[in-house]
Amino acid sequence: MSDKNDKTERAERLSVFKTYKLYVGGKFPRSESGRVYEVSDSKDNWLANVPLSSRKDARDAVVAARKAFGAWSGATAYNRGQILYRIAEMLEGRREQYVREVADAEGLSKSKAAAQVDAAIDRWVWYAGWTDKIAQVVGGGNPVAGPFFNLSSPEPTGVVAVLAPQESSFLGLVSVLAPVIATGNTAIVVASEKSPLPALSLGEVLATSDLPGGVVNVLSGRTAEIAKPLAAHQDVNAIDLAGADDVLAKELEIAAADNLKRVLRPQPVDYTETPGIDRMTAFLETKTVWHPTGSLGASGSSY
Amino acid sequence: MASAFEYAPAPESRGIVDIAPSYGLFIDGEFVEAADGKVFKTVSPSTEEVLSEIAQAGEADVDRAVKAARKAFEKWSALPGSERAKYLFRIARIIQERSRELAVLETLDNGKPIKETRDADLPLVAAHFFYYAGWADKLDHAGFGASPKPLGVAGQVIPWNFPLLMLAWKIAPALATGNTVVLKPAETTPLSALFFADICRQAGLPKGVVNILPGYGDAGAAVVAHPDVNKVAFTGSTAVGKEIARTVAGSRKKLTLELGGKGANIVFDDAPIDQAVEGIVNGIFFNQGQVCCAGSRLLVQESIQDELLDSLKRRLSTLRLGDPLDKNTDIGAINSEEQLTRITSLVEQGEAEGAERWSPACEIPTSGYWFAPTLFTNVTQAHRIARDEIFGPVLSVLTFRTPDEAVAKANNTPYGLSAGIWTEKGSRILAVANKLRAGVIWSNTFNKFDPTSPFGGYKESGFGREGGRHGLEAYLDV
Repeated sequence: MSDKNDKTERAERLSVFKTYKLYVGGKFPRSESGRVYEVSDSKDNWLANVPLSSRKDARDAVVAARKAFGAWSGATAYNRGQILYRIAEMLEGRREQYVREVADAEGLSKSKAAAQVDAAIDRWVWYAGWTDKIAQVVGGGNPVAGPFFNLSSPEPTGVVAVLAPQESSFLGLVSVLAPVIATGNTAIVVASEKSPLPALSLGEVLATSDLPGGVVNVLSGRTAEIAKPLAAHQDVNAIDLAGADDVLAKELEIAAADNLKRVLRPQPVDYTETPGIDRMTAFLETKTVWHPTGSLGASGSSY
Repeated sequence: MASAFEYAPAPESRGIVDIAPSYGLFIDGEFVEAADGKVFKTVSPSTEEVLSEIAQAGEADVDRAVKAARKAFEKWSALPGSERAKYLFRIARIIQERSRELAVLETLDNGKPIKETRDADLPLVAAHFFYYAGWADKLDHAGFGASPKPLGVAGQVIPWNFPLLMLAWKIAPALATGNTVVLKPAETTPLSALFFADICRQAGLPKGVVNILPGYGDAGAAVVAHPDVNKVAFTGSTAVGKEIARTVAGSRKKLTLELGGKGANIVFDDAPIDQAVEGIVNGIFFNQGQVCCAGSRLLVQESIQDELLDSLKRRLSTLRLGDPLDKNTDIGAINSEEQLTRITSLVEQGEAEGAERWSPACEIPTSGYWFAPTLFTNVTQAHRIARDEIFGPVLSVLTFRTPDEAVAKANNTPYGLSAGIWTEKGSRILAVANKLRAGVIWSNTFNKFDPTSPFGGYKESGFGREGGRHGLEAYLDV
């Protein structure tokens, strides 16, 4: 078949659009509100209608994240590492799709978009390797001045609301999401308001990566509208404000104080750089367990 | 119950401490009067005797102290870590030298028994300074990257339950990492912080590195809100902690909070009863229960409830309440009339809600603020005494049948500071400890503290850790 014929055939075929949906509790619902909003590329061409999530969607996502927390935080670190690595594997296979989506979303050339996607895939691999190392780096035994065994271990904070960066629609998103779930937290991530398509598509990869439903929940819509009920929610333990501007960030931090959420304030980040461990430790608690050691005296007796 | 032993009085001499009739604020290395000339009195809670008259800091004084701290920061942070370390080692040693004096002073101003200030507070205070002194020139190796930087001026607000120990927890890591400090002690216990100011003078600490501002909540709020403060550290109630979190929202101030608790002390049927009873008593009657990590909820396995409670009541009947300066005293005075009112009101509510109240026969002194050791049985999780932090010598007893139920009940609180587990079965300890959402878990022991051991809460007990390598992070720009 000649090239010419091929092109003709393609032109005649009407493509199938994707209905972009939320990813909550391992399922792909529309917004309960029935609302959508238009998403365009950098040249203002229509790309898709995406769900305009409501307060109720945010609350449903919290329920899903809480339900998933016990099993995910209780999974072995090795298991979590393998699942994060699996996410990278699945992304690699759909690389071209993400390059296209990122190029459209951020107005990048194909090669620049590819660099973003490659870095995002590699970031999953980086955090996959962290799951079973972070406890050794930030925890350990404490040499207390008494006959006690004393061990400090990091534990995940719980349900974390993540406002993804507004500009870096995919690499930024992965860079704030992966550290949260690597350590056993579950997440509700609010996609970039202007460029939510890569985030919504990520849900499709997460759903096929052995990641239990509810560990990551993806919402699209107006960041301020979704973030306010999340910041005020009594069953959310922490919030990453990366995608909030200064005015919104302050308002959300005040709301978050009501149940003393751990708050990661917005800060300038170069997402192409290798991250440190700060985004993991921001959502870790330290638990310290004491136990008497007793002592073996000359007679060999002990407690 | 008649005591098996009669004790002769054995009071510690208060002659070792010389309390001046009045004290100023400690700003920029000098004791000064408050800008508006205000003063307040500090009383001994066991006798209601006025101990001294203290300058009361206001907003203008806070501003002055922050300016002094800011000025001192440049040189202090630029000192080689090894030099900062030596100042802190000096402070640790002077505290050890003056330990008895400070123990008596603390007992007078706070009301807690001398055996606690002498054997717990003061040794821990000195150890804390000694521990963080050693970090000052080793910060490159603390796991926060090369040459981690201090934050600047630390505003610190501390409570009255462990006045000098909370000061040590705040000031030692702040200075070791190169910050300077404005600290507000609680209004009912300002004296040991002012004596600490004198220790800074003896140690030759540069002026302005440590500033002490006795005062009330308004002074604390002014410290927290001051625009030139870079770091806020607070230990106290959860309600105030939330207010502080709102105040610093939107700023670049780093915040750590160590707040309230409603710790569960879980006793399984195979626990060594006598040891568990000692742990329960220590957990709730240490410092009259005025401890954020107190084991204020006893969760006992149903099958041993009667045996344990009999034993516990027998033990409570031997506790000696009275003169805090007496070396044989177990239970001292409640810190203030305000706190006594709060305890009394919650206990009355416990009775009104149907829980069963019990106290040993106990003679209450005629002056001062006192509350007999109290135990509530027939407590349900819905009772206010099972939910609210009482911050007094009051234990609420609940029961459970299975480990799962124990964990569910223990975690059924917005707090998450401490918990205790009593069982002879090692795997059960680890399984239960793993499920408890609390920052410090004592297994087959309770209320143990050490400068190397990170301390702090989950959930509404606050965030950040004090103590250990972890405690450095709160004062570093990382």
